[in-house]
Amino acid sequence: MNFWRSTIGKKTVMAVTGLLMLLFLIVHMLGNLKIFFGRTDFDHYAHWLRTIGNPVLHESWYLWIQRFVLVVAVVLHAVSAYQLSRRDLKARPTKYSHHQRAKAGYATHIMRYGGITLALFIVYHILDFTTLTLNRHGVDGAAYDNVVSSFSVWWVTVIYIAAMICLGLHIQHGFWSAAQTLGYNRPSRDRAFKGMATGLAVLLTAGFLIVPVSVLAGLVD
Amino acid sequence: MKLTLRIWRQAGPAEPGSMVAYEVPDANPDMSFLELLDVLNERLTLEGGDPVTFDHDCREGICGSCGVVINGQAHGPRALTTTCQLHVRSFSDGDVIDIEPWRSVAFGVLKDLMVDRSGLDRIIQAGGYISAPTGSAPEAHSTPVPKPIADSAFDNATCIGCGACVAACPNGSAMLFTSAKVAHLNSLPQGAPERASRVLNLVEAMDAEGFGGCTNTGECTNACPKGIPMDSIATLNREYLRASLGRK
Repeated sequence: MNFWRSTIGKKTVMAVTGLLMLLFLIVHMLGNLKIFFGRTDFDHYAHWLRTIGNPVLHESWYLWIQRFVLVVAVVLHAVSAYQLSRRDLKARPTKYSHHQRAKAGYATHIMRYGGITLALFIVYHILDFTTLTLNRHGVDGAAYDNVVSSFSVWWVTVIYIAAMICLGLHIQHGFWSAAQTLGYNRPSRDRAFKGMATGLAVLLTAGFLIVPVSVLAGLVD
Repeated sequence: MKLTLRIWRQAGPAEPGSMVAYEVPDANPDMSFLELLDVLNERLTLEGGDPVTFDHDCREGICGSCGVVINGQAHGPRALTTTCQLHVRSFSDGDVIDIEPWRSVAFGVLKDLMVDRSGLDRIIQAGGYISAPTGSAPEAHSTPVPKPIADSAFDNATCIGCGACVAACPNGSAMLFTSAKVAHLNSLPQGAPERASRVLNLVEAMDAEGFGGCTNTGECTNACPKGIPMDSIATLNREYLRASLGRK
């Protein structure tokens, strides 16, 4: 387990789990957009998610497999981040008395706090739409009405906006950083990876936010 | 030129340190930054004070001995320039200049601006070489090396091991230094037989010294007086993964 013990090994785990979560987010975001086709379509889609793999898999089995993989990914990502951050902070105990002018941008600077914010948001999000504990409508199977009931409240939408901006910033540095960590980056590909990172960040942030904003604006009700 | 230097003074490794201000009223714009410190030290010596300790050797920007953090920037404000090659003309009359030692848990302060960089030496000992005695430089045509690879290996070989990358990194990481060795030696035919063991040993030694990890902030390459690129870190990661997965 020398690989896991090394700093590069842990970064690799972060890169792979990060990309796995990113893949899920793209599918999640595209699925959300089905809300614009109306209640019947969206609820049907939500129900279909429980039947993926039928009849090989029993009802909701695929969903549980996916949830398990995602939880493992989140835990590995967070544990690596925590251990590496502790090491990094310990490696540089004394700050310069003359403040360093950072070359890195805000997205890089905010990675750790952004990550913690996203972890808290995921818990909130699951309580809102998966367990329906915090959902105002909270009827199992009525995905459309559950979504509308949450996002009709302005401060819920504000929480989602803040979280999705964090997500965008996290992806903007994270995606390029993963390309670097996994050794896929080359000078000839650097601009392309940076461009893809920004593109994915904007696409996901906008794609996720269009739903709560549309609900709050009364376009979806 | 009149300059005020605020310099980190620390009597020994275990002693507490602090920033102390010194006036240099007669700085010449054509002086190098180290000569500026020399002038201050001459005066301190004549006054019976303790001169400021700092590392220096060739003063030509090729040995990697010198290096201090000037106004929060390793090697000061000029890109691709070591402290010895920085000149007083890069500053303005009346400036207050903060001068601090490299900061990293792996670089303990020995005295004032001098730090213990032997951690970098131990990384080199772990794999920054080719074991086979190859004698003098071989006939260039006997082992053809494609031009882009030769260029990249040479660029990485220009690392002088000054430690500015570690000093600039918010994590005190030595990834850029270590990556320069890997990108240099692993890309050449002479280094190929030890390609896997070299990178594994280098990274193990790097981690053992207590350096932080890479978060891809790019501060290292920004501070590097030799312009070692971030691409070298991608190469190190690639070589490490390759060796860890057991690919030959």
